[in-house]
Amino acid sequence: MSDPLIALFTSFVLAIFIGFEVISRVPTLLHTPLMSGSNAIHGIILIGALLIAAHAQTPVEIVLGFLAVVLATINVVGGFVVTDRMLEMFKARQPAGEKGKEK
Amino acid sequence: MIIVTSLVYLLAAVLFIIGLKFLSSPRGARRGNWIAAVGMVLAVAWTVVLLGRSFTPVGIAISIVGVMIGAVVGTLSARAVKMTAIPQMIAVFNGVGGGAAAVVAMSELLKLVGQQPNFQIDFPSAFAIIIGGVSFAGSAIAFLKLQELMTGSPVTYPGQQLVNGVLGLLILALAVVLLTVGSSALVVTALMVLALVLGVAFVLPIGGADMPVVISLLNAFTGLAVAASGFVLGNFALIVAGTLVGASGTLLTKLMSDAMGRSLTNILFSAFGQVQVGAGVASGAENRTARSGSSDDLGTMLAYSRSVIIVPGYGLAVAQGQHAVRELADTLEKRGVEVAYAIHPVAGRMPGHMNVLLAEANVPYEQLKEMDEINDEFKRVDVALVVGANDVVNPAARSSPGSPIYGMPILNADQAHNVVFLKRSMRPGFAGIDNDLLYDPKTVMLFGDAKESLTKLVVAIKAA
Repeated sequence: MSDPLIALFTSFVLAIFIGFEVISRVPTLLHTPLMSGSNAIHGIILIGALLIAAHAQTPVEIVLGFLAVVLATINVVGGFVVTDRMLEMFKARQPAGEKGKEK
Repeated sequence: MIIVTSLVYLLAAVLFIIGLKFLSSPRGARRGNWIAAVGMVLAVAWTVVLLGRSFTPVGIAISIVGVMIGAVVGTLSARAVKMTAIPQMIAVFNGVGGGAAAVVAMSELLKLVGQQPNFQIDFPSAFAIIIGGVSFAGSAIAFLKLQELMTGSPVTYPGQQLVNGVLGLLILALAVVLLTVGSSALVVTALMVLALVLGVAFVLPIGGADMPVVISLLNAFTGLAVAASGFVLGNFALIVAGTLVGASGTLLTKLMSDAMGRSLTNILFSAFGQVQVGAGVASGAENRTARSGSSDDLGTMLAYSRSVIIVPGYGLAVAQGQHAVRELADTLEKRGVEVAYAIHPVAGRMPGHMNVLLAEANVPYEQLKEMDEINDEFKRVDVALVVGANDVVNPAARSSPGSPIYGMPILNADQAHNVVFLKRSMRPGFAGIDNDLLYDPKTVMLFGDAKESLTKLVVAIKAA
């Protein structure tokens, strides 16, 4: 294996451990938003899509590049927006909750 | 340039990690999502800068148009989707990501047609195509099932194992050809097509009730497919972000299946619905009768009770009755009745889904009780009001080992002094199993649409 590959492989292995550690305790309340949020993060494939789209030359490459960019962008944008929409509701609930206490 | 790129990608990776960390705590969740989004914008923007002048004219055109189309479609659908349909929306966003990863790998492989096999590219490419393709097609089926465009029950046919086995072997064979002979348009295309077929075959035999866990698993798959594409392109950002999602998604999948009291293998490979036929849980159901009551009687009963626990289920969400249930709770509270909501971990169609729906109706946070917190309260409570839920209060999960939901933690609604079910019919719940609690002498049914029933109850309580 070449040096850059070793570095990438190292990052890969370390990222596995971080991925497990970082969400060790999640209340069920947040399972859905968390899934949705991490779903948006794998939209990073947009970078890969741009890399192939940028240098597309043959018709096949153009079609594939275009397809990849569209799909990846839907993933990123839709993912973050829908997660925010869900979490916005949790936030809106705080004032309502305090009102409940005052009663 | 290379150093800056590495640093920008590293920064993005750190932001993703912090974002995920925040996302798993109630207080910082929304901020976490934003932090991750900032990381994403940074990484993508820098990639565009980096590509700079190397963009071909066509490349610029398809990138700009592609991003615009994707952004509009993504934003509009994420804004328009009803909160009840969130699970299938996530499935779609996940599927397209997996599809993108597979397409990226495909495109890279097609550049190598006619060359000697190159393990460092071929291996991760094959992986990305297979896993990404499975994720794309599997998510599509999950969407169809949840959207009820196709049957939610497990689809099985004779020889299914054999078909799936042959499919797996074919894919493996193609991957071996790719690694030994090298890339060719035929092999790459065939691999992609078979991966899609495998995705369909994988999700078809899984019941609709288990789709959330499947979506979570496919989410982890997409993460891994993205990481594999990262190896193909030698891109740090893809590898780290993809792996983070792959690992955390796997853990989340496990947490979800734990919440349902089942093992992941059981969910994926048991063809859920089939079990109940053999177990004969529904035996004798036809002879029993359930007691049905009028909304006036039930309203009076609720109005003069001291404490009520509401058990909301997916039926409530379908009827869009979140606001009506809140009105009912408020009316009862005004009369001095203690009200709490018991939220089963998998109430709704996804863990945490019911919290989202009730939050939408501004139900006070402190009234929402998680299962462990409230389960001991049921025996002291006058009325358990079950609104559009069924499987999560089915005592069979505790008492009959033959039942497919046996072992699933349930809410102890059956221990309340009285049980009121608001249900459309006697039809079994999503898991397709009969519920003994419906026939219990202390249970009263109020048939009809959850929202209408709730509104009638409110009127009755006010009159009482």
